[in-house]
Amino acid sequence: MPVLTTIECPVCWGGVNVSADVMLSELLDCGDCGAELEVTALSPALQLAEAPMSAEDWGE
Amino acid sequence: MAGSTEAQATATTAPRIVLVCTGVRPEEKMLVEAFAARSVELFTADDRRIHGPLDAWPEGLPSADAVILRAKSHWRNAVLARWIESRGALAVNNSGVIETCGDKVATTLRLIEHGVSTLRSSVSFSAESGRAAADAVGFPLVVKPVVGSWGRLIGKISDPDALETVLEHKEALGGAPHAVTYLQEFVASGGQDIRSFVVDGVCIAAIRRSSTHWRTNTALGATASAVDVDSELARLSVAAAQAVGGGAVAVDLFETDSGYVVNEVNGAMEFRNSVSTTGVDIPGLVADYVIREATARQRLAHVS
Repeated sequence: MPVLTTIECPVCWGGVNVSADVMLSELLDCGDCGAELEVTALSPALQLAEAPMSAEDWGE
Repeated sequence: MAGSTEAQATATTAPRIVLVCTGVRPEEKMLVEAFAARSVELFTADDRRIHGPLDAWPEGLPSADAVILRAKSHWRNAVLARWIESRGALAVNNSGVIETCGDKVATTLRLIEHGVSTLRSSVSFSAESGRAAADAVGFPLVVKPVVGSWGRLIGKISDPDALETVLEHKEALGGAPHAVTYLQEFVASGGQDIRSFVVDGVCIAAIRRSSTHWRTNTALGATASAVDVDSELARLSVAAAQAVGGGAVAVDLFETDSGYVVNEVNGAMEFRNSVSTTGVDIPGLVADYVIREATARQRLAHVS
């Protein structure tokens, strides 16, 4: 996976690698703290936020 | 193209297909890539932004001939499937499959009705009747929420004392999640089970899930390895899929001394760990299925 950039995790401030083909709303895991993060903006700057917590009826 | 609704795209063009999801997981990204490889654009929509009156096409959802429902929420998928179908479009999976797979009691009943080998299961509606329901299954047993996934709130109960505690807690907690107690036979599988993938009536792949815990959900850390799809595994997997209404589903099975037994059927299957493990292009086969179904629907509407 080609790394586009590394940006700050909003939970632990560690570095999160983001690939060049990242999509809006894509879910990523922080390699440092394990938080699930969601891409909330692609431009003008890439932004991450903590993804919603799992709910009772979530799953397969 | 179904009906004369806002769901329609032009009958002579490629079908317009939308993917609904709650954030883009690896599965959704693989699907987008699979459709792109087939020169079909897959539009995406976030379920959190969909709303609107029920007598119109959902706002926040691009018009479509077919909608792939992969929201994380079972209820949202079920509601969206009904809504989309009422507006003349194809839901994948369809509302019947989603509703059946999302409800463990409904799944079990369908498997029994269709003669598909499955685990002994029982239900009860009170702590008192729960003890009798357990006797029908035998110890050890597994208690599961009727609606739930990823191994959440699933408990192994080894004896009547432990059962009593769980039933009393469920009664005290109350509310919809505890209104029905679903009990299922425990299979001493050594922390292993099989997950097979069925798309449009064909068992396309299977993995073995292995865990140090008795729960084998990959969401809980189980690892996946490839497994050959023998004729009996294929037959039972397809039978289970047909029992819940077809579509694209993942079937969880145990291997027992008397053969394969179906545990659950998943209507919004996850496959991120299964493509490289099996070498099977699962998202590609799902894309082919959806394009085929949407195109057939377009032709039918065009003729009629």
